Amino acid sequence: MTGRIGAAVSRIEGRKKVMGEARYAADFAVPNPLYAHLVTSTIGRGTITAIDDADARAVPGVRDIYSHANPLGLTPDGMMSTGGHAQQGWEPFDAPDVRFYGETIAMVVADDILAAREAAKRLRFTYSEETPAPVFGAEGVEPEELPDDALSSGDIEAAMQAAAQTLDLDYDTAANTHNAMELFATTAQWSGEDLTVYVPSQWVEGFRVGIANELGIAPERVHVVSPYVGGGFGGKGSVFTFTPMVAAASKRLNRPVKLYVTREQGFTTASFRAETQQSIRLGAGADGRLTGFEHTGRELSSRTDTYVVNGAEAAARMYHADAVRTGVTCVHADRQTPGFMRAPAETPYFFALESAVDELARRLEMDPVELRRTNDIDAEPVNGVPYTSRSLMECYDMAGEAFGWSDYDPAVGSMRDGDWLVGWGCATAAYPTQMAPCSVRVHLDRTGRARVMVASHDLGTGAYTVIAQAAAEGLGLEVDRVDVELGDSRLPPGTIAGGSVSTASNVSVVQIACERIMQRLGTTPGEIDVEAAFNAFGQAAIEEYAEWTPRGSQKNARRGLYRGQVGIVGGAEEEYTAFAFGAEYAEVRINRWTREIRVPRLYGAFAAGRIMNEKTATSQYLGGMVWGLGHALQEKTEIDPRTGAVMNDNISEYIVPVNADIVDIRAMMVPEEDTLVNPAGVKGIGEIGIVGTAAAIANAVYHATGIRVRHVPIRVEDLIETG
Amino acid sequence: MRPFSFRRPGSPEEAVAMVEPMGVAGQGGAFHAGGTTVIDLMKLHVLHPPSLTDLGDVLERGIEETGDGTLRVGAGTTMAEAAEHPAFLRAPVLSEALWKAASAQLRNVATLGGNLLQRTRCPYFRDNVSACNKREPGSGCAAKDGINRLLAVLGTSEECIANYPGDWANALILFDAVLETRSGEGGREIAFDDLHVLPGEDPARETILGDDELITAIRLTVPDWAGRSVYTKVRDRDSYAFALTSAAVALDLDGETVREARLAIGGAATVPWRAREVEDWLQGQTLTEDVAVEAGRRAFEGAQGWGENDFKIPLGRDTVARGLMEAKAMTPETNSGDSQ
Ligand SMILES: Cc1cc2nc3c(=O)[nH]c(=O)nc-3n(C[C@H](O)[C@H](O)[C@H](O)COP(=O)(O)OP(=O)(O)OC[C@H]3O[C@@H](n4cnc5c(N)ncnc54)[C@H](O)[C@@H]3O)c2cc1C
Ligand code: SF4
Repeated sequence: MTGRIGAAVSRIEGRKKVMGEARYAADFAVPNPLYAHLVTSTIGRGTITAIDDADARAVPGVRDIYSHANPLGLTPDGMMSTGGHAQQGWEPFDAPDVRFYGETIAMVVADDILAAREAAKRLRFTYSEETPAPVFGAEGVEPEELPDDALSSGDIEAAMQAAAQTLDLDYDTAANTHNAMELFATTAQWSGEDLTVYVPSQWVEGFRVGIANELGIAPERVHVVSPYVGGGFGGKGSVFTFTPMVAAASKRLNRPVKLYVTREQGFTTASFRAETQQSIRLGAGADGRLTGFEHTGRELSSRTDTYVVNGAEAAARMYHADAVRTGVTCVHADRQTPGFMRAPAETPYFFALESAVDELARRLEMDPVELRRTNDIDAEPVNGVPYTSRSLMECYDMAGEAFGWSDYDPAVGSMRDGDWLVGWGCATAAYPTQMAPCSVRVHLDRTGRARVMVASHDLGTGAYTVIAQAAAEGLGLEVDRVDVELGDSRLPPGTIAGGSVSTASNVSVVQIACERIMQRLGTTPGEIDVEAAFNAFGQAAIEEYAEWTPRGSQKNARRGLYRGQVGIVGGAEEEYTAFAFGAEYAEVRINRWTREIRVPRLYGAFAAGRIMNEKTATSQYLGGMVWGLGHALQEKTEIDPRTGAVMNDNISEYIVPVNADIVDIRAMMVPEEDTLVNPAGVKGIGEIGIVGTAAAIANAVYHATGIRVRHVPIRVEDLIETG
Repeated sequence: MRPFSFRRPGSPEEAVAMVEPMGVAGQGGAFHAGGTTVIDLMKLHVLHPPSLTDLGDVLERGIEETGDGTLRVGAGTTMAEAAEHPAFLRAPVLSEALWKAASAQLRNVATLGGNLLQRTRCPYFRDNVSACNKREPGSGCAAKDGINRLLAVLGTSEECIANYPGDWANALILFDAVLETRSGEGGREIAFDDLHVLPGEDPARETILGDDELITAIRLTVPDWAGRSVYTKVRDRDSYAFALTSAAVALDLDGETVREARLAIGGAATVPWRAREVEDWLQGQTLTEDVAVEAGRRAFEGAQGWGENDFKIPLGRDTVARGLMEAKAMTPETNSGDSQ
């Protein structure tokens, strides 16, 4: 194996995964475990007035049943936005209240999983029911305006008045649920006062501290193990309700406890992408130059927690505008607390933004790419802060040429092919470049073998490989001479695998450690002769521990690194605006009779600074675009408005793309050198691929049919006249 | 999961002697063929038979051709085997309705007998909590005013609007199929048209099968003109999704004139739904696009939407029209190629 930074190195853990040797959290065997099973509510709001557990306790092998009547004594740690680590601000079993349909209201622990499930089935709850308000528009939802999250500059009303063209449009996006292949799970094992937790985690450091806080023990006592994650995408980024529950039960029962959360339960016991309602006002001159941009969002959250993603802020930084106004309202409803999902803010808000830009292009009779070129900028429009680099139009040009955009005939329905209506559309993708403090230990021995240790994570993204490449480059080794350890809270603290921070942060800190090793050995990666260097050094091995904090970090960021603080900075900074950019083009084909939408071509070009590994980067982009297609046409968590129940809580009816849906899909890379963004010159790429896909497809649907669908998913019924 | 016993008889006679009923009249015995419906519903606690009687060593597998166009299909034949069988490939609607169903993994284990008897995907039936007359007679129907996008617009009643979700039954019903069955009372033959019953007042009853009755084989007669036949399936993704609406079409054309048409509708009806009146109307017509559209309109006369699924009425009409035009466009030896 050769190849250092940039090379298309195959995943170094790939063989282990294919051979079934990679152990995921639920795969770890613990001695003599008990098994837990969750029980969830079957009403959408109310109070539990009685629990009849006689039948359940009679099931042979049942050890205990926890509920508000037999609580586990946990203390809320709070959500990340309030300095905590949990997915919600409350603890289960804290009251007899039912907050939403599918809330965990009991947990059975038994000798085996079948007994636990059977007992769960036999529990009888008596409720005093209230009418829930689980969706937008339901009577009883509570809007909360969040003035602190508003961004504005200039006089928006004046800008609108002066505009030659104005548009005022509303867009909706549906709720989406994490359905990673790896189900949610937790195994807890105590040894005296020390706790080991095996849990799929995108943030072992945060989990360590968060679990300790909820249990009321010292974080030093907690060890979190999560070497591989079978799909994270934000769903495993903060501490699940059930993880501390399992740990507490294990302590009480003095046995290791294992919990598997079923696919159905995963729909309501973990986080999800909440539905949004957005409004956009655009004002433009006859030349297409934007004068005013207003983007406001209403986002659904739980009754108890304020969680918003507020993608209007990123949207407002995309194009020129003389005046800008954004705002976000959190709408509290009887649902679980939402959370991160791939490009949490940008995915829904760029569907609206990029659809609106396309609508403006139609109104102005301008080519949609040219309209974006007209409004391209070097500095964001709100405060005039310059971009570290911005290659948006290069992305449009590269992907557009491959796609054949020069043949685009804007007339609606102009590209029909027999029974198929054909349409083309495009949209901008962007994602803020963020980083977080992290540390690393790098070990090198005289045989020329290196070991890199950091409590970072590989969610299937290629982090093991990319980190090995960075160390190989820094130490002058072949990649196969580098071993990498990740996903264990006993390693030097790393970042959360979220906000696309991992690669930029890890590579930056690995570079520092490697440079120091080279200095101490008195050599450079280019000319290293390992044996000679170690002979001169007089030791058989060398180790460096390094820390890195990105520009713009808080003063106490280094301390926070050891206390499970997330510390993400970047994107809209004081001195610079840092984003990765992309452009996506979609071709849709729609049957003229039955209107199903298929996407034979999806091309994207992306510019994201230095690319560490062409192969894993391509996978990230393509994976994002595939998900974007699902977001555009398929994914929707179906909520019964009467109860709040999820009516498609399985992967047959919760539709995501399958191979047959993906035909000609391409990700291209625009070379970009960015010396300002961070020492590694790296921008995160894990999330940008999904941004813009939905709008590109919606815009293509309009081109094919003349029907403007302002919500996702866009389904057959949206293109059919009923009545 | 509840404990249950698993029985492995060696012959149809043994099987019907030992099988226990599924629970509600008209749901047949608690058999286990491929298990892809019955185990799924047991895991959801929707079904809880005390035992399952396995058909692995009981049922015939394979398709016999008698030469006069009659096929005798063992009820244990898997969907995958049948989809590739030359006799089915000669009447593409029979093959297409299979390979456009479920996924490759499911088709490898699911049997044709089990396929015909698959249960609705109505989410309120499956959640084991909501009011559902099919699961718990007399409790009501939560779907009527609920999330019913996938449910039926044809053959519904106030008591139940669940759709029959299967694909292949809609192709089979075109070919005067007969089921050979066996029960404690001996053997009998059932016209496939008669197998499923409309929900009416008693949606728990889905078929006329007795509590111990076993389907052993399926006989059907495929006319030589059935090379001109298609299964047009509209779904939310291009593979591995149930039909929103579908049309099974076989056409005997004389030039552009319809000598005989056969048409069934899937996804949108409570039972496999052959549209005989439309077939009669089509006979003798010159099959233009207008005629196809009119056939679609007639096929959905009397359809009733329930809110979210209103779109299935216009969509179903267009599915029929598309199916007819696609069948017309075929040249006898060629199949309508489509992605999998
Ligand atoms: C995720 C998913 C997606 C699917 N998608 C589709 C789709 O797109 N289109 C489609 O058509 N189908 C689809 N199916 C349904 C699938 O085709 C059926 O589950 C399958 O055909 C049932 O066959 P089986 O042999 O597994 O039946 P089993 O589950 O073994 O049996 C089903 C029922 O039939 C009874 N039974 C079985 N054999 C006999 C017999 N010989 N005599 C009497 N009674 C019998 C059993 O008692 C039981 O009640 C899907 C299923 C799943 C799980
Ligand atoms: S439609 Fe039928 S199966 Fe569905 S809830 Fe109503 S009664 Fe039950």
